[in-house]
Amino acid sequence: MSQSPYISGSTSVSVIMLKVLLALVPGIVAYVWVFGGGVLVSLTLASITALVSEGVMLKLRNRPVRPFLMDGSALVTAWLLALALPPLAPWWLVVVGTLFAIVIAKQLYGGLGYNPFNPAMVGYAVLLISFPVIMTQWPAPLALAHAQLGFADQLHYIFSRGLPVDVQVDAITSATPLDYLKTQLKLQHALADISQAPVFGVVGAKGGELVTGAYLLGGLYLLQQRIVTWHIPVAFLAMLALVAGASSLLDPVHYAGAGFHLFSGASMLCAFFIATDPISGPTTPKGKLLFAAGIGLLTWLIRTYGGYPDGVAFAVLFMNICVPLIDAYTQPRVFGHKL
Amino acid sequence: MISTLFKFHGGVHPPEHKLESAATPIVEVPLPQRLVLPLRQHVGNVPKLQVAVGDHVLKGQLLAIADGMISASVHAPTSGTIVSIDEQLIPHASGLPDLCITLQADGEDRWVEHRALEYRDLPKAAVLEALRAGGVVGLGGATFPSHVKLREDAQHPVRTLILNGAECEPYITCDDRLMRERADQIVRGIEIMQYLLGAERCVVGIEDNKPEAAQAMRDACRLSSIPIEVATVPTLYPGGGAKQLIKVLTGLEVPSGKLPTEIGVQCFNVATAYTVHRFIHHGEPVISRVVTVTGKVARPGNFEVPLGMSIAELVQAAGGAAPESTGFVMGGPMMGFNLPSAEVPVVKATNCIIASAPDLFPPLPPAMPCIRCARCADACPVNLQPQELYWFAKSSNLEKARDYHLFDCIECGCCSYVCPSRIPLVQYYRYAKSEILAADKAKQAADLARERNEFRLARIEREKQERAAKHAQKAAGAKADVAGDEAKKAAIAAAMARAQAQKAEVVPQNTADLPPAVQEEIAGIDARREAVNEEKQEN
Repeated sequence: MSQSPYISGSTSVSVIMLKVLLALVPGIVAYVWVFGGGVLVSLTLASITALVSEGVMLKLRNRPVRPFLMDGSALVTAWLLALALPPLAPWWLVVVGTLFAIVIAKQLYGGLGYNPFNPAMVGYAVLLISFPVIMTQWPAPLALAHAQLGFADQLHYIFSRGLPVDVQVDAITSATPLDYLKTQLKLQHALADISQAPVFGVVGAKGGELVTGAYLLGGLYLLQQRIVTWHIPVAFLAMLALVAGASSLLDPVHYAGAGFHLFSGASMLCAFFIATDPISGPTTPKGKLLFAAGIGLLTWLIRTYGGYPDGVAFAVLFMNICVPLIDAYTQPRVFGHKL
Repeated sequence: MISTLFKFHGGVHPPEHKLESAATPIVEVPLPQRLVLPLRQHVGNVPKLQVAVGDHVLKGQLLAIADGMISASVHAPTSGTIVSIDEQLIPHASGLPDLCITLQADGEDRWVEHRALEYRDLPKAAVLEALRAGGVVGLGGATFPSHVKLREDAQHPVRTLILNGAECEPYITCDDRLMRERADQIVRGIEIMQYLLGAERCVVGIEDNKPEAAQAMRDACRLSSIPIEVATVPTLYPGGGAKQLIKVLTGLEVPSGKLPTEIGVQCFNVATAYTVHRFIHHGEPVISRVVTVTGKVARPGNFEVPLGMSIAELVQAAGGAAPESTGFVMGGPMMGFNLPSAEVPVVKATNCIIASAPDLFPPLPPAMPCIRCARCADACPVNLQPQELYWFAKSSNLEKARDYHLFDCIECGCCSYVCPSRIPLVQYYRYAKSEILAADKAKQAADLARERNEFRLARIEREKQERAAKHAQKAAGAKADVAGDEAKKAAIAAAMARAQAQKAEVVPQNTADLPPAVQEEIAGIDARREAVNEEKQEN
């Protein structure tokens, strides 16, 4: 027997990762409800790719395979990436993104615990830069689509891009609200008119806001289970709401409000699941606040002024770069020391 | 009456496991045949032996007397004969043997002449001296000689005297039982401590998982001649750490690297107050203590144990260890250590013995990499960043570890306890601390050796000069006695300069293998650099 302490708590890395996966389930259910079962195919493809590539890489790196496959971290990366991609993305897009996330962004940096960048976001950013058209081609929510694809049709579309004879691509896709907003604003349309478009729901995207709400639900579960602390979700959402709210207050014609930003795109997914990745994030309480506020601000900036409809991935990656600096300058006061 | 309580950062709630041993009263164990008494059972100097092999001693007789200020005496727990004085295994985390006195009991248990001390009639210094001779040390685990902490210090007067009855470690209940059963005697001890320190306020801190003990102490304090508060503090490990308890009760933080007296506080374990009372009011030195025996034993409980009794015998008194038991831990599961053998004796620091088994303390699974989840930082009572310290310790970046306040770590084990990757963090910190201390020591030794050598070279040179000067004087006759001291100083300076030059010469040259042309070039460069340096110095 070694040295004290001789007892330890019950939370292990696997437990943490499993609870994160569990917290994603409501979001996935809502996703299927809104967009159909295609996302389940993406999730399965990403999971298999992640586990296989992680296993192969571990073997190549002479690391024990079983404990690292069992830790569940590869699945978390796979699910986050799959949920961030358009649900009817072609199979190879999912595979390539997952491979990049696991092999390059995670394993080549040393595997679990050593990746400076959020692997899922690296995978996403690579796909977005390499295949911008596919990456911004979102299927319309089932309620809005001009043609309905059954699960078998969705499968067929994912694997061979083939559609039933009477269906055109335009009939099943639509611009996302973030995308739509951006292009319409560029065309000098007023926000009040733009938001009358059918793609908009009560606060965010039609249908999408339901998924976002489900992510929020899962996020609250993570908070309650103490898997994540309040710092990152609160700071991210508060900052995003603050800048969006302030800008729309000053110029309601050209800037969308806080509610829209909070319930559109990947905001909730980012707040509770992406920005809270401990490995690529800061560790100090103050650091977490800074880090998440930075992501919130950057997300809004990229959405509003950048070249891409959503800015979460780049905002997270940029703030990942700042983590060592943030940690170094936010060290808390140690007991018995002056500040 | 009870003032506001404060919070310290972090802390954990491990399963308490106190009920097993806290239910039954303290049992006095039967007198053992053989007692092994390590000379050093405290922090500080080894006491001086006062007996020899073959001597017959009485119960309470002095066996070794405190040597120097920070030291404590050792006494015979029963009457008998000294059969050996040699190195034996002691209950220490190092597992190393130390000098011990072995006493064969004669079974009569006959006391040496002893009497109470009228402490109020004596100068305080005499009372402290008596406590030093009485072997009174802190019984909370640190075993620091108490008389040192009870001395009045004009520069740092003690305003608040804190009695630690928190007993925050799981399994341990010896203070709990002591407070329940002997509260009045603890209070007598507190009165003495208060008198010696001149403290204005006395507070007993007890975790709220010991309501009976708190009630007993409250009742006893009500009868005291001085006002003593009893504060129940939230159960939160390591709330019984002195610095943590002081923070909870006073809101003050002991500055890093300083003693509690810096902020006008002194802190003692309740069991220490009890021994102070036994010694002052009854003349009984510290020859026994209450020990919790729990874990995989037939009858867990608390025992009044003579110091020197072997752990194996003590465990027998608790009904023996279960067959599946694989060893014994001294102290609690968070900060205790595995005993090297069951034959080691009970010492003043022995507060608890846990018969361990794999299902009680399961071996850690292989550690996973740190995922920077910062649960350790959230749990750290000192507000350190354990994940950073781990990183620095692992990469032997010891300077950085020191910068991140490694030496403020109290090794409470909270970080290891919560780590989801099951990294034995505390072990890394212990390693890093010992490495840094060893490096510091080595550096000090090297500095000293270098200074000595330089001094020696200078001296040799000076002596040579002096001899030469003497010869010259002799040759020139007494008339040349002019320059005197001036010449001597100049000679010494010259000698120092030569010593410096000699030192410079032995600086290794890595140019020896180069072709002569290159060597010449290097020599040329060196010469030019030398010239420039000289010029700079002149300017």
